[in-house]
Amino acid sequence: MKKGTLRQILLITDGCSNQGEDPVAMAALAREHGMTVNVIGVLDENERTDGLMEIENIALSGGGIHQLVYAKQLSHTVQMVTRKAMTQTIQGFIHKELQSILGQDKEIEDLPPDKRGQVVEVVDELGETMDLEVLIMIDTSASMQHKLPTVEDALLDLSISLHSRIGENEYALYAFPGKRKQVERLMDWTPILKDIHTIFPKLTTGGITPTGPALKEAIEAYQNKRSKRGLLDDGYIEESTS
Amino acid sequence: MTGTSKNQLADVPRGTRISGKWNKQTYQIMKKLGSGALGTVYLADSLKGRVALKIGIDSMSITSEVNVLKQLSMVQGTVLGPFFYEIDDWERNGKCYPFYVMEYIDGEPLFAFINRRGKEWIGILMLQLLRDLSALHREGWVFGDLKPDNLLVEGSPPKLRWLDVGGTTSIGRSVKEFTEFFDRGYWGLGNRVAEPSYDLFSVAMIVLNAGYPKRFDRPKKGTEDYLMNKIENNQLLKEYKPILSKALLGKYQHASEMRQELFVLLQGGEKSKVRKNKSLSANSRVASRRNRSPAKKKRSGWIETVLFVAFLLFFYTLYLVGHIF
Repeated sequence: MKKGTLRQILLITDGCSNQGEDPVAMAALAREHGMTVNVIGVLDENERTDGLMEIENIALSGGGIHQLVYAKQLSHTVQMVTRKAMTQTIQGFIHKELQSILGQDKEIEDLPPDKRGQVVEVVDELGETMDLEVLIMIDTSASMQHKLPTVEDALLDLSISLHSRIGENEYALYAFPGKRKQVERLMDWTPILKDIHTIFPKLTTGGITPTGPALKEAIEAYQNKRSKRGLLDDGYIEESTS
Repeated sequence: MTGTSKNQLADVPRGTRISGKWNKQTYQIMKKLGSGALGTVYLADSLKGRVALKIGIDSMSITSEVNVLKQLSMVQGTVLGPFFYEIDDWERNGKCYPFYVMEYIDGEPLFAFINRRGKEWIGILMLQLLRDLSALHREGWVFGDLKPDNLLVEGSPPKLRWLDVGGTTSIGRSVKEFTEFFDRGYWGLGNRVAEPSYDLFSVAMIVLNAGYPKRFDRPKKGTEDYLMNKIENNQLLKEYKPILSKALLGKYQHASEMRQELFVLLQGGEKSKVRKNKSLSANSRVASRRNRSPAKKKRSGWIETVLFVAFLLFFYTLYLVGHIF
Protein backbone atom coordinates (compact mmCIF):
# COMPACT_ATOMS: atom_id res chain seq x y z
CA MET A 1 0.00 0.00 0.00
CA LYS A 2 1.36 3.40 -0.91
CA LYS A 3 1.14 5.79 1.98
CA GLY A 4 2.09 9.02 0.28
CA THR A 5 4.93 11.44 0.71
CA LEU A 6 5.51 14.31 3.11
CA ARG A 7 7.30 17.31 1.64
CA GLN A 8 9.33 19.66 3.79
CA ILE A 9 11.59 22.61 3.27
CA LEU A 10 14.10 22.98 6.07
CA LEU A 11 15.65 26.40 6.29
CA ILE A 12 18.76 26.85 8.43
CA THR A 13 19.73 30.47 8.88
CA ASP A 14 21.01 32.97 11.44
CA GLY A 15 19.34 36.19 10.59
CA CYS A 16 17.15 38.37 8.53
CA SER A 17 16.77 38.32 4.80
CA ASN A 18 17.84 41.46 2.99
CA GLN A 19 17.36 40.76 -0.67
CA GLY A 20 14.59 39.73 -3.05
CA GLU A 21 11.07 38.53 -2.36
CA ASP A 22 9.51 38.51 1.09
CA PRO A 23 10.34 35.09 2.56
CA VAL A 24 7.09 35.05 4.55
CA ALA A 25 5.13 35.33 1.32
CA MET A 26 7.24 32.63 -0.31
CA ALA A 27 6.60 30.34 2.67
CA ALA A 28 2.86 30.90 2.26
CA LEU A 29 3.22 29.96 -1.38
CA ALA A 30 5.09 26.79 -0.48
CA ARG A 31 2.27 25.87 1.85
CA GLU A 32 -0.23 26.29 -0.95
CA HIS A 33 1.83 23.76 -2.86
CA GLY A 34 1.44 21.25 -0.03
CA MET A 35 4.87 21.68 1.50
CA THR A 36 5.68 22.68 5.03
CA VAL A 37 8.43 25.16 5.78
CA ASN A 38 10.43 24.65 8.96
CA VAL A 39 13.00 27.17 10.11
CA ILE A 40 15.92 26.76 12.47
CA GLY A 41 17.68 29.87 13.66
CA VAL A 42 21.28 29.23 14.73
CA LEU A 43 22.46 31.65 17.38
CA ASP A 44 25.94 32.47 18.58
CA GLU A 45 26.58 32.13 22.29
CA ASN A 46 25.27 35.20 24.12
CA GLU A 47 23.31 36.31 21.06
CA ARG A 48 19.97 37.92 21.82
CA THR A 49 16.91 36.34 20.31
CA ASP A 50 15.10 39.52 19.42
CA GLY A 51 15.16 40.76 15.85
CA LEU A 52 14.58 37.19 14.73
CA MET A 53 10.82 37.51 14.38
CA GLU A 54 11.17 36.75 10.71
CA ILE A 55 12.16 33.18 11.52
CA GLU A 56 8.94 32.65 13.43
CA ASN A 57 6.85 34.30 10.75
CA ILE A 58 8.29 32.20 7.94
CA ALA A 59 7.48 29.00 9.83
CA LEU A 60 4.00 30.18 10.78
CA SER A 61 3.07 31.07 7.25
CA GLY A 62 4.76 27.92 5.94
CA GLY A 63 2.69 25.73 8.27
CA GLY A 64 5.80 24.43 9.94
CA ILE A 65 7.82 24.66 13.10
CA HIS A 66 10.56 27.05 14.08
CA GLN A 67 13.23 26.85 16.74
CA LEU A 68 16.08 29.08 17.81
CA VAL A 69 19.14 27.23 19.09
CA TYR A 70 22.74 27.71 19.98
CA ALA A 71 25.06 25.95 17.55
CA LYS A 72 25.94 23.31 20.15
CA GLN A 73 22.37 21.99 20.34
CA LEU A 74 21.83 22.07 16.61
CA SER A 75 22.07 18.32 15.97
CA HIS A 76 19.36 17.39 18.38
CA THR A 77 17.16 20.24 17.18
CA VAL A 78 17.31 19.55 13.45
CA GLN A 79 16.13 15.99 13.77
CA MET A 80 13.53 16.94 16.41
CA VAL A 81 12.06 19.77 14.35
CA THR A 82 11.85 17.55 11.29
CA ARG A 83 10.11 14.77 13.21
CA LYS A 84 7.76 17.14 14.97
CA ALA A 85 6.82 18.83 11.72
CA MET A 86 6.06 15.45 10.19
CA THR A 87 3.78 14.59 13.10
CA GLN A 88 2.13 17.97 12.90
CA THR A 89 1.40 17.58 9.19
CA ILE A 90 0.00 14.11 9.68
CA GLN A 91 -2.08 15.28 12.62
CA GLY A 92 -3.53 18.08 10.52
CA PHE A 93 -4.35 15.57 7.84
CA ILE A 94 -6.04 13.20 10.28
CA HIS A 95 -7.81 16.07 11.95
CA LYS A 96 -9.55 16.82 8.64
CA GLU A 97 -10.52 13.19 8.21
CA LEU A 98 -11.95 13.16 11.73
CA GLN A 99 -13.96 16.28 11.04
CA SER A 100 -15.46 14.71 7.98
CA ILE A 101 -16.56 11.79 10.16
CA LEU A 102 -17.53 13.59 13.37
CA GLY A 103 -18.73 16.92 12.04
CA GLN A 104 -17.23 20.30 11.20
CA ASP A 105 -16.41 21.79 14.57
CA LYS A 106 -15.34 18.56 16.26
CA GLU A 107 -11.84 18.22 17.65
CA ILE A 108 -9.95 15.19 18.81
CA GLU A 109 -10.65 16.40 22.36
CA ASP A 110 -14.33 15.61 21.76
CA LEU A 111 -13.48 11.93 21.60
CA PRO A 112 -13.43 10.11 24.93
CA PRO A 113 -9.78 9.70 26.07
CA ASP A 114 -9.87 5.96 25.51
CA LYS A 115 -10.66 6.42 21.83
CA ARG A 116 -7.89 8.99 21.31
CA GLY A 117 -5.29 6.28 21.76
CA GLN A 118 -6.23 4.75 18.44
CA VAL A 119 -5.90 8.07 16.63
CA VAL A 120 -2.43 8.57 18.09
CA GLU A 121 -1.52 5.06 16.96
CA VAL A 122 -2.44 5.95 13.39
CA VAL A 123 -0.39 9.16 13.54
CA ASP A 124 2.62 7.24 14.88
CA GLU A 125 2.25 4.56 12.27
CA LEU A 126 2.11 7.09 9.43
CA GLY A 127 5.06 9.06 10.79
CA GLU A 128 7.05 5.87 10.75
CA THR A 129 6.06 4.56 7.35
CA MET A 130 5.34 7.56 5.11
CA ASP A 131 7.96 8.62 2.62
CA LEU A 132 9.65 11.92 3.30
CA GLU A 133 11.30 14.48 1.06
CA VAL A 134 13.35 17.21 2.69
CA LEU A 135 14.79 20.09 0.78
CA ILE A 136 17.47 21.61 2.97
CA MET A 137 18.25 25.26 2.42
CA ILE A 138 21.36 26.53 4.17
CA ASP A 139 22.27 30.12 4.75
CA THR A 140 25.98 30.36 3.87
CA SER A 141 26.35 34.09 4.35
CA ALA A 142 29.51 35.31 6.06
CA SER A 143 28.16 35.15 9.61
CA MET A 144 27.20 31.49 9.12
CA GLN A 145 30.64 30.36 7.94
CA HIS A 146 31.99 29.24 11.31
CA LYS A 147 28.75 27.40 12.05
CA LEU A 148 28.85 25.25 8.92
CA PRO A 149 30.77 22.32 10.50
CA THR A 150 28.01 22.12 13.12
CA VAL A 151 25.36 22.29 10.42
CA GLU A 152 27.07 19.39 8.71
CA ASP A 153 27.03 17.33 11.92
CA ALA A 154 23.38 18.15 12.39
CA LEU A 155 22.47 17.03 8.89
CA LEU A 156 24.31 13.73 9.33
CA ASP A 157 22.46 13.28 12.60
CA LEU A 158 19.18 13.98 10.82
CA SER A 159 19.93 11.29 8.29
CA ILE A 160 20.65 8.76 11.08
CA SER A 161 17.23 9.45 12.57
CA LEU A 162 15.34 9.43 9.31
CA HIS A 163 17.04 6.30 8.02
CA SER A 164 16.00 4.49 11.18
CA ARG A 165 12.40 4.92 10.03
CA ILE A 166 10.63 2.36 7.90
CA GLY A 167 9.59 4.88 5.19
CA GLU A 168 11.84 6.09 2.39
CA ASN A 169 13.71 9.41 2.49
CA GLU A 170 15.06 11.78 -0.11
CA TYR A 171 17.14 14.89 0.39
CA ALA A 172 18.22 17.83 -1.68
CA LEU A 173 20.67 20.45 -0.51
CA TYR A 174 20.80 24.12 -1.51
CA ALA A 175 22.87 27.04 -0.28
CA PHE A 176 22.15 30.75 -0.42
CA PRO A 177 23.76 33.01 -1.41
CA GLY A 178 25.53 30.92 -4.04
CA LYS A 179 28.85 31.67 -5.66
CA ARG A 180 27.52 33.39 -8.75
CA LYS A 181 23.78 33.40 -8.23
CA GLN A 182 21.45 33.94 -5.32
CA VAL A 183 20.79 30.28 -4.76
CA GLU A 184 23.02 27.34 -5.57
CA ARG A 185 22.15 23.67 -5.72
CA LEU A 186 24.74 21.67 -3.82
CA MET A 187 23.12 18.28 -4.09
CA ASP A 188 20.26 17.02 -6.23
CA TRP A 189 17.63 14.63 -4.85
CA THR A 190 19.37 11.67 -3.28
CA PRO A 191 18.32 8.98 -0.83
CA ILE A 192 21.60 9.23 1.10
CA LEU A 193 22.97 12.31 2.78
CA LYS A 194 26.74 12.00 3.02
CA ASP A 195 30.01 13.65 2.07
CA ILE A 196 28.38 17.00 2.57
CA HIS A 197 31.52 18.64 3.92
CA THR A 198 33.11 18.40 0.49
CA ILE A 199 30.36 20.42 -1.13
CA PHE A 200 29.87 23.33 1.21
CA PRO A 201 31.09 26.36 -0.69
CA LYS A 202 34.30 27.81 0.61
CA LEU A 203 33.68 31.36 -0.51
CA THR A 204 30.63 33.52 -0.22
CA THR A 205 29.54 36.86 -1.46
CA GLY A 206 29.41 38.48 1.95
CA GLY A 207 26.52 40.41 3.38
CA ILE A 208 23.51 39.38 1.36
CA THR A 209 20.89 36.95 2.62
CA PRO A 210 18.33 36.24 -0.12
CA THR A 211 15.98 34.05 1.93
CA GLY A 212 12.90 34.81 -0.18
CA PRO A 213 14.51 33.86 -3.50
CA ALA A 214 15.89 30.74 -1.82
CA LEU A 215 12.39 29.61 -0.84
CA LYS A 216 11.12 30.39 -4.31
CA GLU A 217 13.84 28.19 -5.77
CA ALA A 218 12.90 25.41 -3.32
CA ILE A 219 9.30 25.46 -4.56
CA GLU A 220 10.52 25.26 -8.15
CA ALA A 221 12.81 22.37 -7.31
CA TYR A 222 9.83 20.46 -5.90
CA GLN A 223 7.71 21.24 -8.93
CA ASN A 224 10.44 20.04 -11.30
CA LYS A 225 10.72 16.87 -9.33
CA ARG A 226 6.99 16.28 -9.55
CA SER A 227 6.72 17.03 -13.22
CA LYS A 228 9.56 14.61 -13.86
CA ARG A 229 7.66 11.95 -12.04
CA GLY A 230 4.43 12.98 -13.69
CA LEU A 231 1.34 10.99 -12.96
CA LEU A 232 3.18 8.17 -11.26
CA ASP A 233 3.27 10.23 -8.11
CA ASP A 234 -0.12 9.53 -6.57
CA GLY A 235 0.57 9.83 -2.88
CA TYR A 236 0.52 13.50 -2.20
CA ILE A 237 -0.81 15.30 0.80
CA GLU A 238 -2.65 18.31 -0.53
CA GLU A 239 -2.92 20.32 2.61
CA SER A 240 -0.68 20.85 5.53
CA THR A 241 -1.87 21.38 9.05
CA SER A 242 -4.17 24.18 10.05
CA MET B 1 9.44 28.13 21.16
CA THR B 2 7.64 26.17 18.47
CA GLY B 3 4.99 27.46 16.16
CA THR B 4 2.46 25.07 17.64
CA SER B 5 2.71 26.21 21.23
CA LYS B 6 -0.73 26.59 22.71
CA ASN B 7 -1.64 28.25 25.96
CA GLN B 8 0.80 27.15 28.61
CA LEU B 9 -0.84 26.11 31.85
CA ALA B 10 0.53 27.90 34.88
CA ASP B 11 1.46 25.81 37.92
CA VAL B 12 -1.58 24.42 39.67
CA PRO B 13 -1.59 25.61 43.31
CA ARG B 14 -1.56 23.25 46.27
CA GLY B 15 -5.01 22.20 47.41
CA THR B 16 -6.63 22.56 43.98
CA ARG B 17 -9.22 19.91 43.33
CA ILE B 18 -9.09 18.46 39.87
CA SER B 19 -12.03 16.45 38.66
CA GLY B 20 -12.22 14.53 35.44
CA LYS B 21 -14.75 15.42 32.79
CA TRP B 22 -15.31 11.83 31.67
CA ASN B 23 -14.66 9.54 34.64
CA LYS B 24 -15.64 12.04 37.38
CA GLN B 25 -12.76 11.11 39.69
CA THR B 26 -11.40 13.85 41.97
CA TYR B 27 -7.78 14.54 42.88
CA GLN B 28 -6.34 17.07 45.28
CA ILE B 29 -2.97 18.56 44.31
CA MET B 30 -0.33 18.20 47.05
CA LYS B 31 2.83 19.43 45.36
CA LYS B 32 4.66 19.76 42.08
CA LEU B 33 7.10 16.95 41.34
CA GLY B 34 8.61 18.18 38.11
CA SER B 35 7.90 19.42 34.65
CA GLY B 36 9.00 18.55 31.15
CA ALA B 37 8.34 19.60 27.59
CA LEU B 38 4.99 17.87 27.48
CA GLY B 39 3.51 18.72 30.87
CA THR B 40 3.85 18.97 34.63
CA VAL B 41 3.71 16.12 37.13
CA TYR B 42 2.08 16.64 40.53
CA LEU B 43 1.72 14.56 43.63
CA ALA B 44 -1.98 14.30 44.40
CA ASP B 45 -4.27 12.75 46.95
CA SER B 46 -7.24 10.64 45.90
CA LEU B 47 -9.46 7.75 46.92
CA LYS B 48 -6.69 5.47 45.65
CA GLY B 49 -4.22 7.16 48.02
CA ARG B 50 -1.25 9.17 46.81
CA VAL B 51 -0.87 9.23 43.05
CA ALA B 52 1.20 11.07 40.44
CA LEU B 53 -0.84 13.20 38.09
CA LYS B 54 0.51 14.60 34.84
CA ILE B 55 -1.27 17.57 33.29
CA GLY B 56 -0.41 18.41 29.71
CA ILE B 57 -1.40 20.85 27.02
CA ASP B 58 -1.49 18.72 23.93
CA SER B 59 -3.90 15.80 24.12
CA MET B 60 -2.07 13.92 21.35
CA SER B 61 1.21 13.71 23.22
CA ILE B 62 -0.51 12.93 26.53
CA THR B 63 -2.45 10.16 24.79
CA SER B 64 0.74 8.86 23.22
CA GLU B 65 2.34 8.50 26.68
CA VAL B 66 -0.75 6.78 28.00
CA ASN B 67 -0.63 4.28 25.14
CA VAL B 68 2.83 3.23 26.34
CA LEU B 69 1.90 3.16 30.03
CA LYS B 70 -1.07 0.94 29.26
CA GLN B 71 1.13 -1.42 27.28
CA LEU B 72 3.64 -1.62 30.14
CA SER B 73 0.90 -2.32 32.65
CA MET B 74 0.04 -5.35 30.57
CA VAL B 75 3.50 -6.92 30.86
CA GLN B 76 2.94 -9.99 32.96
CA GLY B 77 4.85 -10.76 36.11
CA THR B 78 7.15 -7.74 36.13
CA VAL B 79 6.43 -4.21 37.23
CA LEU B 80 8.00 -2.08 34.53
CA GLY B 81 6.83 1.52 34.33
CA PRO B 82 4.65 3.26 36.89
CA PHE B 83 1.24 1.60 37.16
CA PHE B 84 -1.36 3.41 35.05
CA TYR B 85 -4.74 4.38 36.54
CA GLU B 86 -6.70 6.59 34.16
CA ILE B 87 -6.73 9.37 31.58
CA ASP B 88 -9.20 12.24 31.60
CA ASP B 89 -9.73 15.92 30.83
CA TRP B 90 -9.81 18.76 33.31
CA GLU B 91 -12.04 21.70 32.39
CA ARG B 92 -10.92 24.97 33.83
CA ASN B 93 -11.97 28.47 32.79
CA GLY B 94 -13.53 27.14 29.62
CA LYS B 95 -10.34 25.36 28.58
CA CYS B 96 -9.69 21.67 28.49
CA TYR B 97 -6.46 20.21 29.84
CA PRO B 98 -5.72 16.52 29.32
CA PHE B 99 -4.24 14.68 32.29
CA TYR B 100 -3.45 11.15 33.35
CA VAL B 101 -3.01 9.47 36.69
CA MET B 102 -0.38 6.89 37.56
CA GLU B 103 1.33 5.27 40.52
CA TYR B 104 3.49 7.61 42.62
CA ILE B 105 6.99 6.22 42.90
CA ASP B 106 8.57 7.52 46.08
CA GLY B 107 12.20 6.90 45.24
CA GLU B 108 15.64 8.42 45.13
CA PRO B 109 17.44 9.39 41.91
CA LEU B 110 19.83 6.64 40.75
CA PHE B 111 23.12 8.50 41.26
CA ALA B 112 22.05 10.06 44.58
CA PHE B 113 21.38 6.54 45.84
CA ILE B 114 24.73 5.23 44.58
CA ASN B 115 26.61 8.13 46.15
CA ARG B 116 24.92 7.51 49.48
CA ARG B 117 25.10 3.72 49.56
CA GLY B 118 28.28 2.91 47.66
CA LYS B 119 29.63 2.16 44.20
CA GLU B 120 29.02 -1.58 44.51
CA TRP B 121 25.34 -0.84 43.96
CA ILE B 122 25.94 0.09 40.32
CA GLY B 123 26.48 -3.51 39.27
CA ILE B 124 23.54 -4.77 41.28
CA LEU B 125 21.12 -2.13 40.01
CA MET B 126 22.31 -2.74 36.45
CA LEU B 127 21.50 -6.42 36.90
CA GLN B 128 17.97 -5.38 37.89
CA LEU B 129 17.73 -2.99 34.97
CA LEU B 130 18.87 -5.66 32.50
CA ARG B 131 16.35 -8.14 33.85
CA ASP B 132 13.51 -5.63 33.40
CA LEU B 133 14.76 -4.63 29.96
CA SER B 134 14.82 -8.26 28.99
CA ALA B 135 11.12 -8.51 29.92
CA LEU B 136 10.33 -5.30 28.04
CA HIS B 137 12.15 -6.48 24.90
CA ARG B 138 10.34 -9.81 25.04
CA GLU B 139 7.08 -7.85 24.82
CA GLY B 140 8.31 -6.16 21.65
CA TRP B 141 9.30 -2.78 23.12
CA VAL B 142 12.47 -0.78 23.50
CA PHE B 143 12.85 1.84 26.26
CA GLY B 144 14.50 4.43 23.99
CA ASP B 145 15.32 7.37 26.25
CA LEU B 146 17.17 5.43 28.92
CA LYS B 147 19.14 7.72 31.25
CA PRO B 148 19.76 8.23 34.98
CA ASP B 149 17.07 10.94 35.17
CA ASN B 150 14.47 8.35 34.21
CA LEU B 151 15.48 5.89 36.93
CA LEU B 152 14.58 5.90 40.61
CA VAL B 153 15.59 3.58 43.40
CA GLU B 154 12.65 2.70 45.60
CA GLY B 155 12.14 1.02 48.95
CA SER B 156 13.89 -1.67 50.87
CA PRO B 157 15.25 -3.91 49.48
CA PRO B 158 16.22 -1.23 46.95
CA LYS B 159 14.58 -1.71 43.60
CA LEU B 160 15.21 0.20 40.41
CA ARG B 161 12.05 1.73 38.95
CA TRP B 162 11.37 3.45 35.62
CA LEU B 163 9.99 6.92 35.85
CA ASP B 164 9.38 8.35 32.40
CA VAL B 165 8.47 5.81 29.77
CA GLY B 166 7.50 8.36 27.12
CA GLY B 167 10.32 7.29 24.79
CA THR B 168 9.26 3.66 24.66
CA THR B 169 9.07 2.49 21.03
CA SER B 170 7.92 -0.69 19.29
CA ILE B 171 10.81 -2.82 18.10
CA GLY B 172 11.62 -2.10 14.46
CA ARG B 173 10.42 1.50 14.50
CA SER B 174 12.67 4.50 15.01
CA VAL B 175 13.54 5.96 18.40
CA LYS B 176 12.12 9.48 18.55
CA GLU B 177 13.04 10.58 22.04
CA PHE B 178 16.61 10.28 23.18
CA THR B 179 19.33 12.12 25.07
CA GLU B 180 22.58 12.62 23.18
CA PHE B 181 25.00 11.21 25.74
CA PHE B 182 23.05 7.94 25.90
CA ASP B 183 22.26 7.72 22.18
CA ARG B 184 24.41 5.48 19.99
CA GLY B 185 23.52 7.62 16.95
CA TYR B 186 25.17 10.64 18.56
CA TRP B 187 28.37 8.66 19.13
CA GLY B 188 28.34 7.36 15.56
CA LEU B 189 28.09 3.79 16.85
CA GLY B 190 24.79 2.79 15.29
CA ASN B 191 21.42 3.92 14.02
CA ARG B 192 18.23 4.77 15.90
CA VAL B 193 16.25 1.70 15.03
CA ALA B 194 14.47 0.46 18.15
CA GLU B 195 16.14 -2.87 18.94
CA PRO B 196 17.42 -4.37 22.20
CA SER B 197 21.02 -3.37 21.47
CA TYR B 198 19.93 0.29 21.37
CA ASP B 199 18.93 0.11 25.05
CA LEU B 200 22.02 -1.89 25.98
CA PHE B 201 24.21 0.89 24.59
CA SER B 202 22.38 3.32 26.88
CA VAL B 203 22.89 1.00 29.86
CA ALA B 204 26.65 1.10 29.22
CA MET B 205 26.56 4.88 28.96
CA ILE B 206 24.69 5.11 32.28
CA VAL B 207 27.61 3.24 33.87
CA LEU B 208 30.04 5.61 32.12
CA ASN B 209 28.03 8.52 33.47
CA ALA B 210 28.49 7.08 36.97
CA GLY B 211 32.25 7.19 36.39
CA TYR B 212 32.11 10.68 34.86
CA PRO B 213 29.29 12.54 36.65
CA LYS B 214 29.82 15.65 34.51
CA ARG B 215 29.61 13.61 31.28
CA PHE B 216 31.70 14.66 28.26
CA ASP B 217 31.27 15.62 24.61
CA ARG B 218 32.09 13.49 21.61
CA PRO B 219 35.42 14.00 19.86
CA LYS B 220 35.64 15.05 16.20
CA LYS B 221 36.44 11.48 15.18
CA GLY B 222 37.48 8.13 16.61
CA THR B 223 34.67 7.93 19.13
CA GLU B 224 35.19 4.23 19.67
CA ASP B 225 38.79 4.60 20.88
CA TYR B 226 37.81 7.69 22.81
CA LEU B 227 35.14 5.86 24.79
CA MET B 228 37.44 2.88 25.40
CA ASN B 229 40.07 5.25 26.80
CA LYS B 230 37.49 6.86 29.03
CA ILE B 231 36.70 3.42 30.46
CA GLU B 232 40.36 2.45 30.77
CA ASN B 233 41.28 5.63 32.63
CA ASN B 234 38.59 5.40 35.27
CA GLN B 235 39.04 3.26 38.36
CA LEU B 236 35.33 2.53 38.67
CA LEU B 237 34.75 1.71 35.00
CA LYS B 238 37.87 -0.38 34.38
CA GLU B 239 36.52 -3.49 36.03
CA TYR B 240 33.42 -3.41 33.84
CA LYS B 241 35.39 -2.90 30.65
CA PRO B 242 34.72 -6.24 28.88
CA ILE B 243 30.98 -5.78 29.29
CA LEU B 244 30.84 -2.06 28.61
CA SER B 245 32.87 -2.35 25.42
CA LYS B 246 30.69 -5.15 24.09
CA ALA B 247 27.53 -3.19 24.83
CA LEU B 248 28.92 -0.02 23.25
CA LEU B 249 29.84 -1.89 20.09
CA GLY B 250 26.43 -3.54 19.85
CA LYS B 251 27.73 -7.07 20.40
CA TYR B 252 24.90 -8.12 22.69
CA GLN B 253 21.70 -9.11 20.91
CA HIS B 254 19.76 -9.60 24.14
CA ALA B 255 19.69 -8.01 27.56
CA SER B 256 19.92 -11.49 29.09
CA GLU B 257 23.36 -12.09 27.50
CA MET B 258 24.72 -8.88 28.96
CA ARG B 259 23.11 -9.65 32.31
CA GLN B 260 24.66 -13.11 32.38
CA GLU B 261 28.15 -11.76 31.70
CA LEU B 262 27.74 -8.95 34.22
CA PHE B 263 26.58 -11.52 36.76
CA VAL B 264 29.67 -13.68 36.18
CA LEU B 265 31.93 -10.62 36.33
CA LEU B 266 30.43 -9.42 39.61
CA GLN B 267 30.87 -12.88 41.14
CA GLY B 268 34.43 -13.10 39.87
CA GLY B 269 35.12 -9.67 41.29
CA GLU B 270 33.91 -10.68 44.71
CA LYS B 271 35.94 -13.86 44.62
CA SER B 272 39.20 -12.16 43.75
CA LYS B 273 38.66 -9.63 46.53
CA VAL B 274 38.10 -12.42 49.02
CA ARG B 275 41.20 -14.24 47.87
CA LYS B 276 43.25 -11.11 48.30
CA ASN B 277 42.17 -11.02 51.93
CA LYS B 278 43.60 -14.52 52.40
CA SER B 279 41.27 -15.02 55.32
CA LEU B 280 39.69 -18.38 56.02
CA SER B 281 36.22 -16.96 56.26
CA ALA B 282 33.21 -19.00 55.33
CA ASN B 283 32.95 -16.98 52.19
CA SER B 284 36.33 -17.98 50.85
CA ARG B 285 35.68 -21.59 51.65
CA VAL B 286 32.50 -21.41 49.62
CA ALA B 287 34.45 -19.76 46.88
CA SER B 288 37.17 -22.37 46.88
CA ARG B 289 34.60 -25.11 46.93
CA ARG B 290 32.98 -23.45 43.98
CA ASN B 291 36.36 -23.41 42.31
CA ARG B 292 36.99 -27.06 42.89
CA SER B 293 33.75 -28.51 41.67
CA PRO B 294 34.10 -27.54 38.00
CA ALA B 295 37.51 -29.21 37.93
CA LYS B 296 36.03 -32.44 39.23
CA LYS B 297 33.28 -32.20 36.68
CA LYS B 298 35.84 -31.72 33.96
CA ARG B 299 37.71 -34.84 34.96
CA SER B 300 34.59 -37.01 35.07
CA GLY B 301 33.61 -35.59 31.68
CA TRP B 302 36.94 -36.75 30.30
CA ILE B 303 36.43 -40.29 31.58
CA GLU B 304 32.99 -40.39 30.01
CA THR B 305 34.45 -39.41 26.66
CA VAL B 306 37.11 -42.12 26.78
CA LEU B 307 34.53 -44.76 27.65
CA PHE B 308 32.26 -43.58 24.87
CA VAL B 309 35.01 -43.68 22.26
CA ALA B 310 36.02 -47.15 23.45
CA PHE B 311 32.44 -48.34 22.98
CA LEU B 312 32.25 -46.87 19.51
CA LEU B 313 35.53 -48.53 18.51
CA PHE B 314 34.28 -51.85 19.89
CA PHE B 315 31.05 -51.77 17.88
CA TYR B 316 32.81 -50.51 14.79
CA THR B 317 35.22 -53.46 15.01
CA LEU B 318 32.28 -55.82 15.36
CA TYR B 319 30.72 -54.20 12.30
CA LEU B 320 33.90 -54.58 10.28
CA VAL B 321 34.32 -58.18 11.39
CA GLY B 322 30.71 -58.78 10.36
CA HIS B 323 31.47 -57.48 6.89
CA ILE B 324 34.50 -59.61 6.32
CA PHE B 325 32.64 -62.81 7.06
